[in-house]
Amino acid sequence: MSEQDVDKSRRRFLTAATTVVGTIGAGAAVVPFVGSMMPSARALSAGAPVEVDISKLEPGRRVVVEWRKKPVWVLYRTKQNLEDLAKMEPRLADVESNSSRQPSYAKNKHRSIKPEYLVVIGICTHLGCSPQYRPEVGDLSFEANWLGGFFCPCHGSKFDLAGRVFKGVPAPVNLVIPPYSYTNGDKVVVIGEDGGAA
Amino acid sequence: MKKLIATLLIALAPTFVVLNVALASSEAHLEKVEINLNNKASLQRGARTFVNYCLNCHAASYMRYSRMAKDIGLTDEQVVENMIFPADFSKDKNGKPKKAGQLMTVAMSAEDGKAYFGTPVPDLSVVARSRGADWIYTYLKSFYIDESRPFGVNNTTFPSVGMPHVLWELQGLNKAVKTKHTDEHGHESETVEFETVVPGKLSPAEYDSAVTDLVNYLVYMGEPAKLKRYTMGVYVLGFLFLLFVVSYAMKKEFWKDVH
Amino acid sequence: MTTKTQAFMNWVDARFPMTKMWEDHMAKYYAPKNFNFWYFFGSLALLVLVLQIVTGIFLTMNYKPDATLAFASVEYIMRDVNFGWLIRYMHSTGASAFFVIVYLHMFRGLMYGSFKQPRELIWLFGMLIYLALMAEAFMGYLLPWGQMSYWGAQVIVNLFSAVPWVGESLSVWIRGDYVVSDATLNRFFAFHVIAVPFILAGLVVAHIIALHEVGSNNPDGVEIKKNKGADGIPVDGIPFHPYYSVKDIVGVVVFLMFFSAVLFFAPELGGWFLEKDNFIPANPLKTPEHIVPLWYFTPFYAILRAIPPIWESQFPGVIAMGMAIVFLFFLPWLDRHPVKSMRYREAIFKVNLFIFIVSFITLGWLGTQPATGVLSELAFRFSELYFAFFIFLWIFSAERSSKYYLTSWIALLGTLVVLDILRGGSGEKLALMMNTWFIPAICFSILLLVPAKFKSWTQAKPVPERVTS
Repeated sequence: MSEQDVDKSRRRFLTAATTVVGTIGAGAAVVPFVGSMMPSARALSAGAPVEVDISKLEPGRRVVVEWRKKPVWVLYRTKQNLEDLAKMEPRLADVESNSSRQPSYAKNKHRSIKPEYLVVIGICTHLGCSPQYRPEVGDLSFEANWLGGFFCPCHGSKFDLAGRVFKGVPAPVNLVIPPYSYTNGDKVVVIGEDGGAA
Repeated sequence: MKKLIATLLIALAPTFVVLNVALASSEAHLEKVEINLNNKASLQRGARTFVNYCLNCHAASYMRYSRMAKDIGLTDEQVVENMIFPADFSKDKNGKPKKAGQLMTVAMSAEDGKAYFGTPVPDLSVVARSRGADWIYTYLKSFYIDESRPFGVNNTTFPSVGMPHVLWELQGLNKAVKTKHTDEHGHESETVEFETVVPGKLSPAEYDSAVTDLVNYLVYMGEPAKLKRYTMGVYVLGFLFLLFVVSYAMKKEFWKDVH
Repeated sequence: MTTKTQAFMNWVDARFPMTKMWEDHMAKYYAPKNFNFWYFFGSLALLVLVLQIVTGIFLTMNYKPDATLAFASVEYIMRDVNFGWLIRYMHSTGASAFFVIVYLHMFRGLMYGSFKQPRELIWLFGMLIYLALMAEAFMGYLLPWGQMSYWGAQVIVNLFSAVPWVGESLSVWIRGDYVVSDATLNRFFAFHVIAVPFILAGLVVAHIIALHEVGSNNPDGVEIKKNKGADGIPVDGIPFHPYYSVKDIVGVVVFLMFFSAVLFFAPELGGWFLEKDNFIPANPLKTPEHIVPLWYFTPFYAILRAIPPIWESQFPGVIAMGMAIVFLFFLPWLDRHPVKSMRYREAIFKVNLFIFIVSFITLGWLGTQPATGVLSELAFRFSELYFAFFIFLWIFSAERSSKYYLTSWIALLGTLVVLDILRGGSGEKLALMMNTWFIPAICFSILLLVPAKFKSWTQAKPVPERVTS
């Protein structure tokens, strides 16, 4: 071995070139492995939009449907409910839903496309429990002068009938509104599909 | 070295003689079919034939409609409206709402299949991989009238087959004319020719082309990844070639020390 | 190195021998400078082991070890999982690639006498790796739950029932049922993904530690450690890093090119890597027409089928198949010739090795064919040649007298005849036996009569002091 003949810069260059190309290759090889952990076609198919027929839903009642394995509530709010929403505002943390998640068409005080129909993901924004629907009005054990809403039994978070969170409860933001749209003469709600309106 | 090679050849000469005799065997004759997965129109026609004729008894329960739609150039809506049967209801055969992402299942259970056809009806998702394209092509063309069979037809490629000739209205019905031959070595063989008895909606050439489309589709369905595999392979090999060039140059450079 | 990294390395080295390990196994591990093409396969085997483990982990995320779900879950991986097909093909191609590499690696050992003193333990660890690999491949092949998976496992597990007296209970115990079933699938899964890989990894470490203790052999079979310079470094040695690390990278890239060519353009490789019948879900009521194990098992499968049953028992065939592997373990003690490399071994040794390789490949091919007529007879003849290799290896280990060769010749041809009389046969079978008898007979004659007559064929060439080139 004769050290003096060694062309150090050429050696360094080729080592660097191989390292760079090899690293790119290794990086590309990681893609399929990481990608394989994303939802599969089956999961995507199971998470496809869900249609709910609301023509038979009565005022004050709620239906629960499964979308992407999560409970989604469709609630038909009465006139009284809608009027009560305004009365709730002093008790709420995010009245205008500024720091909450919802499609732009549901970023309003009633948090829905049509005022009377609330479509909301029934998962507490605190730690993922599903809150109870408590439509009754009055002095309840967890809140005086309750005007109807959702109460999470896990850690006591409270939401009004637009899914807006109360002040001073563990949940930080309002309940999440999924993308949805109406079809078939507004008799059917399609959850998970809004034609890109959001 | 020459001596060594000569010795080796002598040592194994008897093997070649024996093998020559052994390998003079015969294989069942299959017609060749030309597969072209890039022919989207053919895949679409094949898919239509498949859902209309096959997908009533045979399932393809590892395949999703939406995947097929994407791969052969259809939209989810087209598939839901025209390919998931029954077409005129919003519910599928199992009474669930139709979804493009659903699997190509059938309502018939394995037990029912066994009761109707004497054997459970096989799933066709990967049939092209187990049987091969040529076999399916020949099979679909080899039905002939045989009154002794439950469905009145038999098949030269799959003798005593339990399946009726589902495509008979397209092909028509044939009868098999068998002729015996004896070659100069005294080996007997039999050739079968088909003669049309009842003409079908399609001419023989049109039928061949329809079956080719169907087989083309089945080959696609056997391995949808095939459409991506070749392209990706070309890129990977190209990249490896680049890596080879730089790494080989690096090796050469370092090994100057040694030589 | 900056002082900060140096300080960090000092901190680590005081707690873990990082630098020492790096130097012992890479930067100051001196390997002979004359490695050729055949020396790529060790590092490639390691690469494929890693590849199999990684792809295996990702397959496990979606595979279901349940008889009712397994087949569908594999198709689910092939279709629904993002890149699932790629990962699955990597694993299935990797399995075959592993055996290609391991067979070439072992053949290298045969050619250059790498199993000989002082490397017997490297060879034994290597053979154990090979055994573990066979177990791994066999159990892994059940998992797709296709017809070949099922019936292959059924046939191989049934071999154990050939064991006298306890056989039946033994095979039931292995299966956990009266036939291969869900219980079998589940336990094979457990062995395939946890137990055997664990053993494999341990054995590989032992194999490499043993290698680095004694140092690598080379195509000349010269011990480079016997010729050290003033600095205590073998004169013909070069540090593994960077010289062999950069060389092995090139080997890896070339290997990956072949690997990708199969993976992307012919993952079934015409039925050699993925069998057609394995695309039919397992059906315990219907056996496929030809049950063929995957190619890497077929030489042994051919031997198994070639040995006729004795007293209605398949046991002799099972024993023969087992012995075909056991004999390999004893290579270091069978071949006692002082010259290691084929380059300097006597000519007749090369003839013997060549016949062995041809026998192994022919048996491999015969194992894929139906065991009928002439093919089954050929399998018997090539099994005889396979085993005779080890006897000849022993005979050629030392200088023998012409009388010795002639006596051996008579004894071996006599053995052939005795075996045939024991097998018996009449009519067409007898004719086949007589026709094929000449295959081993001619080979034996060349291997023993040529040395008896021409001494030059038994003379080894002088081994050089230093490695060549």
